[in-house]
Amino acid sequence: MADTEALIDELAGLALFADLPRPELVAVAHTLEEEWYAEGQRILREGFSGTGFYVVLEGEVAVRIANEERARLHRGAYFGEGAILLGEPPGADVVAVGRVRVVNLAGPAFREFLMRHPDFMYRMLQEQTRRLRSANRWSR
Amino acid sequence: MEPVTDRPFPPGDYPLIVVGSGPGAIQVSYSLRRLGVEHAVITADDRPGGMFLRFPFFQRLLSWTKPYAPVPRDTRAYERYDWNSLIGEEPAHRAIQAEVMDGSSEFPSRPEMEASLAEFVRRTALPIRYGARWQATRAEGEDFVLETNDGEYRSRHVVFAVGVAEAFTPDFPGREHVAHYVETRAPESYAGRRLFIIGKQNSGFELASGLLSWASRIVLASPRPAKLSVQTNSLAGIRARYVQPFEDRFMGGGVFILDAAIDGVERVGDRLLVRTHASDGSGSLDVEADEVIAATGFTAPLLDLPALGVATFGASRLPALTPYWESASLPNLHFAGTLTMGAPGIKKNGVGGTGAVHGARYNARLLARALAERHFGVSLPREPVAPGAVVDRLLEEASDAPELWNQKGYLARAILIGPDGPFDDGIVPLQAFVDGSGPDGAAMTLEGDADGSICPVAYVRRQGAISEVILDPEPLHEFRASADGRRRLSEALRGVLP
Repeated sequence: MADTEALIDELAGLALFADLPRPELVAVAHTLEEEWYAEGQRILREGFSGTGFYVVLEGEVAVRIANEERARLHRGAYFGEGAILLGEPPGADVVAVGRVRVVNLAGPAFREFLMRHPDFMYRMLQEQTRRLRSANRWSR
Repeated sequence: MEPVTDRPFPPGDYPLIVVGSGPGAIQVSYSLRRLGVEHAVITADDRPGGMFLRFPFFQRLLSWTKPYAPVPRDTRAYERYDWNSLIGEEPAHRAIQAEVMDGSSEFPSRPEMEASLAEFVRRTALPIRYGARWQATRAEGEDFVLETNDGEYRSRHVVFAVGVAEAFTPDFPGREHVAHYVETRAPESYAGRRLFIIGKQNSGFELASGLLSWASRIVLASPRPAKLSVQTNSLAGIRARYVQPFEDRFMGGGVFILDAAIDGVERVGDRLLVRTHASDGSGSLDVEADEVIAATGFTAPLLDLPALGVATFGASRLPALTPYWESASLPNLHFAGTLTMGAPGIKKNGVGGTGAVHGARYNARLLARALAERHFGVSLPREPVAPGAVVDRLLEEASDAPELWNQKGYLARAILIGPDGPFDDGIVPLQAFVDGSGPDGAAMTLEGDADGSICPVAYVRRQGAISEVILDPEPLHEFRASADGRRRLSEALRGVLP
């Protein structure tokens, strides 16, 4: 609980959490777990079940499929939601590039978290729609 | 205080230094001695025991030692039912906890735990320098210098096993009116008092349970809803021993459990006013109380290590660690005991390794082995396993191995394929196996899911790629007898085994 106040302020600065009123943000900060990864450590593992949801707080991560880098994600980006929502193992590794700090929510707690925080879910949906639109543009 | 000359490990240079005298430090020192690694052990305390010299406050542990288990006490498999003894190699050094319990509960009392640790140190004749408080650290070349009240200790390798025991109270207006859990007084002094407990983790519910018969009203509050371990099917949650306040709450017995953040505490005359606001945004609530106790947790007492380069994270300011419990940012500083939670493992289903004694004692043993092999020229034999016996070995381990049962999804039995065929690589951190490189092989672990089922899971490495093989649960956990498990494991290992 030492740095929870700092974490609340950090989350408040990310688009994903921007709509949450302070009391809700406090509860969110107490629900998410902070994690720290060194260069090259895997955060999400391709093909492994039981994964979690992550939001990048500091640093950047690489999305790799069969060791080939497909994307970089930065502060404020999130990953891991697809595997949980579809109940399938992730289709990619997510690996720390340099030192990375994230917050994590265990897969089994994700549904309840979304239901409890509809504003967060709305922001996520917006972002997913952006990703979809961008993918559609690419495929045309 | 005895004269310095009568105490072991005077200040000076050592191949390795262990700091602490709780279960983590004792286990790692014992294991290092058995491997022939010379080292010093220093501690600020005056006797062994670490946090168990003081806690838990209500003097009864949450971890069992079952005197009458399904397996005999002198077996390795018994360790699964004895969460509190340290792990010795000789019969006299094993399962000591059960010997010192009075039979009134399968959960030892705090004094029984302290006695068990002291007895282990006595029987193993483990030398420890008491009364040597680590006060500061500096790096000089490749060495670390630990400054203590006794003088300076120098070594290239240090293992810190100093617990996660620094009382932490978050900052809010009126914090000076709030006592921390560690300052809780004798229960009878709360007779007839209205108590407000900040925090809904086990320490908060331990106090609430223990003070039910004394306090006139108990309010527990924190932003996050409390979950019970029997709901989460994991140790993450309020343990069954502390459920009574939940029952009192719904029966209207003067216990209230709020999901609310604390805005501040004010003194108004001879009472305190706790200002809260509900986590669901439904409004604020001021609660009167005679006493406010913060059960808001503990942080790692790492002193100046973060300034030296040890990265920390999270609420408890744990050191960020590699799978073998070395600082991920400052090599050659290692951690044992509760601090091993700084390496959470692969956290499938959100379940990480435990820093409690029943799991951390194995981490300490593995840490000693890794230090001995990597830095002190010790070469430990690896037992060959006949190719036809590999599947049986893995299923046996899933059925009986205490390391797998007590560190689910965190420790694993690894069998690797060397030039001469399969060999047993011993118990390893699962994360080291799945994220590391190495020869083909398999690592067997046990994993619990959110429904409470326990399944053996094998991770098979084939030309650097890892696949996950989740075997079915068995109603009586007799995985060794599972024909389906045998068939599926054999299939997964086809082409890997010679």
